[in-house]
Amino acid sequence: MEAYTALRQFADSWGLLFMAVFFVGTVLFAFRPGSGKSAEEAARIPLKDD
Amino acid sequence: MRFGTEIVLVSLAAFAALAAAGLAQDSAFQAHMWVLFFVLLGSAIVLMRNTSFAPAGAASIPLRRDTDGYMDGPVRYGVIATTVWGIVGFLVGVLVALQLAYPDLNIEPWFNFGRTRPLHTSAVIFAFGGNALIATSFYVVQRTCRTRLFGGNLAWFVFWGYQLFIVMAATGYLLGITQSREYAEPEWYVDLFLTIVWVAYLIVFLGTIFRRKEPHIYVANWFYLSFIVTIAMLHVVNNLAMPVSPFGSKSYSLFAGVQDALTQWWYGHNAVGFFLTAGFLGMMYYFIPKQVNRPVYSYRLSIIHFWALIFLYIWAGPHHLHYTALPDWAQTLGMVFSIMLWMPSWGGMINGLMTLSGAWDKLRTDPIIRMMVLAVAFYGMSTFEGPLMSVKAVNSLSHYTDWTIGHVHSGALGWVGMITFGALYYLVPKLWNRERLYSLRLVTWHFWLATLGIVVYAAVMWVSGIQQGLMWREYDDQGFLVYSFAETVAAMHPYYVVRALGGVLFLLGGLVMAYNLAMTILGHERKEAPIGGAVAQPARSLQSAG
Repeated sequence: MEAYTALRQFADSWGLLFMAVFFVGTVLFAFRPGSGKSAEEAARIPLKDD
Repeated sequence: MRFGTEIVLVSLAAFAALAAAGLAQDSAFQAHMWVLFFVLLGSAIVLMRNTSFAPAGAASIPLRRDTDGYMDGPVRYGVIATTVWGIVGFLVGVLVALQLAYPDLNIEPWFNFGRTRPLHTSAVIFAFGGNALIATSFYVVQRTCRTRLFGGNLAWFVFWGYQLFIVMAATGYLLGITQSREYAEPEWYVDLFLTIVWVAYLIVFLGTIFRRKEPHIYVANWFYLSFIVTIAMLHVVNNLAMPVSPFGSKSYSLFAGVQDALTQWWYGHNAVGFFLTAGFLGMMYYFIPKQVNRPVYSYRLSIIHFWALIFLYIWAGPHHLHYTALPDWAQTLGMVFSIMLWMPSWGGMINGLMTLSGAWDKLRTDPIIRMMVLAVAFYGMSTFEGPLMSVKAVNSLSHYTDWTIGHVHSGALGWVGMITFGALYYLVPKLWNRERLYSLRLVTWHFWLATLGIVVYAAVMWVSGIQQGLMWREYDDQGFLVYSFAETVAAMHPYYVVRALGGVLFLLGGLVMAYNLAMTILGHERKEAPIGGAVAQPARSLQSAG
C-alpha cells in the first residue's frame, strides 16, 4: 500500500479512536468520584507559597 | 562569580565564527558571521571583566541573587529582557505600519518592509513573548514545585543562548537572510542553534518538575511543558532543510509544493496555539490566582481545558490554506477543528474570569487585575473571531486582507501583551523585594493607552479588511473586475495612518511601563493617593496580599 493511503487509513481509524478514548478518559478522570477534594487542594498550590 | 569555562567556550565560539566568516560562500553569510563574531567577542570581554578571582560565593551581583533558595537570577534578567525587547518590537511595529502608509520610509536595502516585517513579528513574538515565557516559566515552576531550578547554570545558558538567537535572527533579516517561512524566517544555522537552546530549556524545566517537593504538578506547568515540547517538535519538522554549503546562508526545504505549504502552516498555526496560547495560559493559571489571591475557579475545568486544547489545536493549521491546492478534505478538517476550538477557548476564558468571582470589587482598585481581566477578555474575543474566520465562506472574504492582521493583533496585543504586562507588574516588586510598584496610577495610564491602542487598531483593520475584500471581488455586469489592485491599495491609506496611531498609543503604554518598572527596580515609590479612594487602605494590600 502507498504510504499516504496507509497513514491516512491509520489516522482516521486507530489514531482517531486512540485520541477520542484518551480524551474521554481525561474527562472521566477529572470528574472521578472524590476528585473534588484533591482538585481543591491542587488549586491552592500557588497560594501556599510566599 | 567565576566564568572560567564560559570564557573559554565563548572565545572558542567567537573564533569559530571568525573562521566561518573567512570560509563563507556568500556575502550575506560572511556579514552574518562577522556580526556573530563581534557579539561573541563582546560577550567574552564582558565575562572577563566581570569574572572574580575571589573564592566562590564571596560576593554576588544583586541581579543574580537567589530568593528563598529559588534561582531567580535568570528570571530577573528575563523580566528586563522582556521589557526591552517589547519596546523594540512595538517600535519596529510602528515603523512597519508607517512604511505601509508612507512607502518613502522604505530605506533600501536594510530597512525595506520585506526585511522589517519579519523583524517586527520575530521581535514581538519570539523576543518579547519568548523571554516572557522563559522568565515566567522559570519563576512559576520553582514556586509551584517548591524546588530550585534543575541544572545549575544551564538556565543561564538558556537565557543568554536565547538572546543570541534573537540577535542572529534580527540581524539576519536586515541582511536579507531568510528561508521565507512565515514566523520561521531564520536560516538553517540559526535554527540549529535554537534547537540546542530549546533542548537545554526542556531539560531545565523537566528536571525541575522531576525533583519537585509538591506531589501534584500544578496545571500552569502542564501548559508551559506542552508549549516547550510542542515548539521543539514544530521547530524541528518545519525547518528540515538541506544547506547548499556548510559555510553558506542558503538552504532548501526537504518538502516541496503543497506538502511544504501544509508543513509551514502546521507550524505557523501551532506557533499561535502553543507559543502564543498554551504558554500564556500557563501564565494566566498562575498570575491571576496570585494577584486576586484566590484559587482558580475550577481546577477540574482547567484539566479539561488543557487536554481539549492539546487534542484540537494541532489539527487547525489547514485553515490557512483554504481554496488552495491542499486537498478539500484537509481544508474541511482544519475548519472543523478550528470551530471545535471554541469549546476549550471559552472554557478557559470562563475559568480565568470566574477566578474573580467574589472579588470583582478589586477591578476598581487594582489596575493590574484589570489588565489581566482585559487579557482574558481578549483571549475570548480573538478565539471567537478566529474560528469564525476559518469557516470557508467567511475566509473567502477575509483571507489575505487586513482583517487577518486585525485579528492577529487583537490576540497578540490584547491577550499576549496584556497578560504579560500583568505578570511583569506582579513579578518586579516580588523579584526585587520592593514593598510595591513605583506607581499604580501609571499602571492605569498604561492600561488605558494600551486598550485604546488595541481598540483603534482592531476596529480600523476590520473596516479596511472588509472594504479590501469587497473591492477585490467586485465585478461589473460584464464580468470584469471593477478595481485594479493599485486602487485597492490607495483606498487603504487613511486606515493605515490611523492604524499607525493605534500602534503609537500601544508603544507609549509600553514606555510608561518600562519607566514604572525601572523606577520600581531602582527602589523608588511615588507618593500618590490610593486608587478607589473611598476605603482608606494600607498601600500593601493594593498590591496583592501575599
